[in-house]
Amino acid sequence: MRSPLTGLRAWLMQRLTAVYLAGFTLFLLAHFAWDAPVSFDAWRNWLLSPVVRVATALFFVALLLHAWVGVRDVILDYVHPLAVRLSLLAALASGLLATGVWMLGVLLGL
Amino acid sequence: MSRSAKRRPVFFNLRQIDLPVTAVVSFGHRISGVILAFSIPALIYLLQLSLRSREGYAWVTALFSNRFAKAGAVILLWVFLHHLLAGVRHLLFDIDVGVGRRAARISAWTVLLSEFALVVLASGILV
Repeated sequence: MRSPLTGLRAWLMQRLTAVYLAGFTLFLLAHFAWDAPVSFDAWRNWLLSPVVRVATALFFVALLLHAWVGVRDVILDYVHPLAVRLSLLAALASGLLATGVWMLGVLLGL
Repeated sequence: MSRSAKRRPVFFNLRQIDLPVTAVVSFGHRISGVILAFSIPALIYLLQLSLRSREGYAWVTALFSNRFAKAGAVILLWVFLHHLLAGVRHLLFDIDVGVGRRAARISAWTVLLSEFALVVLASGILV
């Protein structure tokens, strides 16, 4: 017997990514309040330092997953004709994946 | 399923519906989410520019001394704060905190007042 689509995985992904996103935002805020980078070199050295670089990359991965669940919910709620719905979901997925690849290039390729 | 849905009556005149504050927070949460999602590419672009070269970094920092950019940043910050605070309220619901009607209204007002206060505070600091 096939297991039903309960939406649990999406729900969990949305909540877990939300917690990480909120936590990282607070970390960012605290760092900028305490020790804001004041020059190009300071900015680069801080953001591209090993731990911050990976944590930031994870932030954007979490952001894209969170955005996927959220915008997908909006599309599913308001767009009913199947062809339009699938096209929009495909466009959303493509856009988010492209943004993800771009972001990884920016953070990990520099 | 969609055939019977076409025959059901709908009423979307928001000015005639008596909306509780919880509905306003909920609408705002969804709308702010969509706005934030669409602003992701622009933000990544700014990040890329600021990291790529000194000229890029200078351009991005100069951008934020422009009064229109500042206004846009404050608006985006407000949108972000609403989404974050309403989201925290949602997470609390998930662990069964504040689910009763009265508590939900209080938390909804708290979200709205907090985000307003934080936007004022932040724009005072940043602008």
